[in-house]
Amino acid sequence: MSGFADIWVYLSATPLLWLGATLAAYLLGEALHRAAGGSPLVNPVAVAVALLILVLLATGTSYQTYFDGAQFVHFLLGPATVALAVPLRQNWSRVRRAALPLAAALLAGSVTAVLAATGTAALMGAGRDSIASIAPKSATTPIAMAVAERIGGLPSLTAALVIVTGILGAMLAGPVLGAMRIGDPRARGTALGTAAHGIGTARAFELGEVAGTFAGIAMALNGLATAVLVPVLMSLPG
Amino acid sequence: MTAALLTLLGCQLAGEILAHLLALPVPGPVLGMVLLASALALQPRAPEALRRVSGALLRHLSLLFVPAGVGLVQHGPRLAAEGTALAVALVVSTVASIAVAAVVFRAVARLTGDADDAS
Repeated sequence: MSGFADIWVYLSATPLLWLGATLAAYLLGEALHRAAGGSPLVNPVAVAVALLILVLLATGTSYQTYFDGAQFVHFLLGPATVALAVPLRQNWSRVRRAALPLAAALLAGSVTAVLAATGTAALMGAGRDSIASIAPKSATTPIAMAVAERIGGLPSLTAALVIVTGILGAMLAGPVLGAMRIGDPRARGTALGTAAHGIGTARAFELGEVAGTFAGIAMALNGLATAVLVPVLMSLPG
Repeated sequence: MTAALLTLLGCQLAGEILAHLLALPVPGPVLGMVLLASALALQPRAPEALRRVSGALLRHLSLLFVPAGVGLVQHGPRLAAEGTALAVALVVSTVASIAVAAVVFRAVARLTGDADDAS
């Protein structure tokens, strides 16, 4: 059995293991998503994150060790964000015609996300640094982390809250928008991108290119809005 | 395909440099997206290779959030103490934000005389 232990020691020191585990966990999440008939309630990111956390806890692996391997996947978030410019170009005339509703929806959704999150957390007795960490959670990860740091939150907690928000948005948008009878793909995409950044945008692209494009723009604009609005909203009394 | 990948990375790099030089609160990749969108606006449509590479990245966008999500594992004690409050706050604010954004979009679209495309 010492052979297996040796292999484990070798593998845990290379990025290969956790990079592979991340891809495998996500593939399994996607397979379950498909098996559930594409239901948004079985979210591939949620499945993959839960599986990987269980594996890390079971093997006593630190997040740092895991991230040394998984950082190659994480890195691609940058170029993927830049890549949103392409569907934006393809749908530009449609976006420009909807500039006014898009801007209004974005501002309203952004302020609602911040106030509802901090208000609910405060009512439920969360601590000061937790409240500061949750305030920017609808923005995309790097913006949210920078904002949290500025207002006294914990950037690493914010990063995790951002991901959970994205998963919740992808799961709940269908039922919420369905109940409100909102079928316009532009409105659906804008809501997904504003409330649930990149994971909401990924879900919106599943609904179609128009919804995905509006989600991508809403995500980028909500990043800007969050960076500007959260420090102001958090300095208000009460 | 290599040129398309380099275009994306180059825009990201230019965005990072701009953000640092101008001390903007916006991350480099978001500025990079704005730069690429501006460059593409000068052309009738995005080049084929760039469309393929971007499409491949965006089809797997959710995968890219997995490593950051696993970061939850670092916050066990806090989640044990405040997990319920944070979870309720996330659900309430996400539902409220989706609903408000969608309703405002529809209301303003109607006010400005722009009918729903799909319904």
